[in-house]
Amino acid sequence: MVNKLKWLAASALCAAAMGAQAEVNQVRVWAAACATCHGTGGRAQEGNESLAGKDKDEMFQKLMDYKSGRKPATLMHQLTAGYSDDQLLQISAYFAAQKK
Amino acid sequence: MQRRQFVKTVGAGSAVAGLGLMSGCATSGGASGAKVVVVGGGYGGATAAKYLRLFSDERIQVTLIEPNTNFVSCPMSNLVVGGYKKMADLTMPYTNLEKRHGVKVVRDMVASIDPDKRTVKLASGGELPYDRLIVSPGIEFMWETLPGMAKAGAKEKVLHAWKSGPQTLALRQQLEAMPDGGVYALTIPLAPYRCPPGPYERACMVASYFKTAKPKSKVMIFDANDDIQSKKGLFTKAWKDNYDGMIEYRPKHRVVDVDAATNTLKFDFNDDFKAAVLNVVPNMRAGDIARNTKLTTANDRWCEVDFLTFESKAVKNIHVLGDAIQTAPGMPKSAHMANQHGKNCAAAVVALLAGKDLQALPIYANTCYSFVTADEAVHVASVHRYDAEKKTMLAVPGSGGVSRAASELEGKYAWGWARNIWADTLA
Repeated sequence: MVNKLKWLAASALCAAAMGAQAEVNQVRVWAAACATCHGTGGRAQEGNESLAGKDKDEMFQKLMDYKSGRKPATLMHQLTAGYSDDQLLQISAYFAAQKK
Repeated sequence: MQRRQFVKTVGAGSAVAGLGLMSGCATSGGASGAKVVVVGGGYGGATAAKYLRLFSDERIQVTLIEPNTNFVSCPMSNLVVGGYKKMADLTMPYTNLEKRHGVKVVRDMVASIDPDKRTVKLASGGELPYDRLIVSPGIEFMWETLPGMAKAGAKEKVLHAWKSGPQTLALRQQLEAMPDGGVYALTIPLAPYRCPPGPYERACMVASYFKTAKPKSKVMIFDANDDIQSKKGLFTKAWKDNYDGMIEYRPKHRVVDVDAATNTLKFDFNDDFKAAVLNVVPNMRAGDIARNTKLTTANDRWCEVDFLTFESKAVKNIHVLGDAIQTAPGMPKSAHMANQHGKNCAAAVVALLAGKDLQALPIYANTCYSFVTADEAVHVASVHRYDAEKKTMLAVPGSGGVSRAASELEGKYAWGWARNIWADTLA
């Protein structure tokens, strides 16, 4: 009985440690690079655009337009040029999923 | 470390602690209860502290050791030198890191680090254990390269104002006290140094002040480098358009000594130069604690790191960030870059403590704004991506660049940048 309790307690602790473990995923760290100017989690301070909770497709299209030069910019065309289309899509999806 | 730490966390000696299952759980599971100590609350260290808590869902215990009560920003400090902003505009508390993110902020200095015992000794006497240590000490000046600066009173008279704080304000006061017709001389050390465009921005800000308040005065720039180190075309245009005849730039002028008593610069090959206000930015290296811990493996100046983790190449379990590192090619010593180091290091430390895979492909950017007048700014931007073969960060071909021209719009964006990086680092 004592043994069984030990196992249960250990399992519960494992679940606590593992169950809600935040996954440090690649896209989250990529997106964190954008947060320097666009706010932690995409929630910006005054003066720059918030990205959290925005429409994914619109955000991706905007980034692609910066990248192609279709949309004029001071520096976003220079930054988007450093990312593949797929990376920009994944980053857009990340910010779209964040709370406003 | 996970087993030891996890066992400690659930309470050593408890019934479950001895079970074999625990070690398996802790190894594959989480970084729960692991202790990370961050030394230095600048852009690198403060960001790392905050993002360690975010990326670990607040499971990692983070202690930030910083001697100053408040964070004072170096970016934007040239606007204080120019008289357009106050120190209060650049000063922020550390309290949000504690209140919102649960970082324990300890106002102290680190006396020494014991990498074998994994402990940090505080100047006040206490000792903190760590599983991983993040050192973000910023820069220290190589005063030994300017012997005259060791004389009594020299450092109070000839200012660097290259660490935002009392010297920033003191330099402003020297400029205010200078009679019209005086010469302000700024010297730039050989690269690498903190903030490559910073000196040229400072020249703009001082000239801008002179233009309105002391129009007969002059700005002399003595650069140890062969040429302007950043945004060359934009700065030379700004000098000509706004301060024609007021700013004189002389490259290949390496200061080898300073006579503070007579305000005289001594160069390796050129004639001495005397000015009303001297502003000497000395050669730099990583902060003392990095050197004392034998992290400064590059020329005894900078700390070489593994760019996947920011772990020191010399000392295990110690990570180094910000201006103190031996940078990758094309990577500037900047606040923006230190903030990016902080996040990428935090992600790596969380993964290492949890036994998870590291991110495979770090990508991050740099943006530096410089004011050329009180309202107009220019920028340089770059994107850096990990190269697995060369094991370093490289600028992505075709990315990055500088402003087409100085503008008030970019001046507004520069303030947007400042407000956002301050919040992202501290709030």
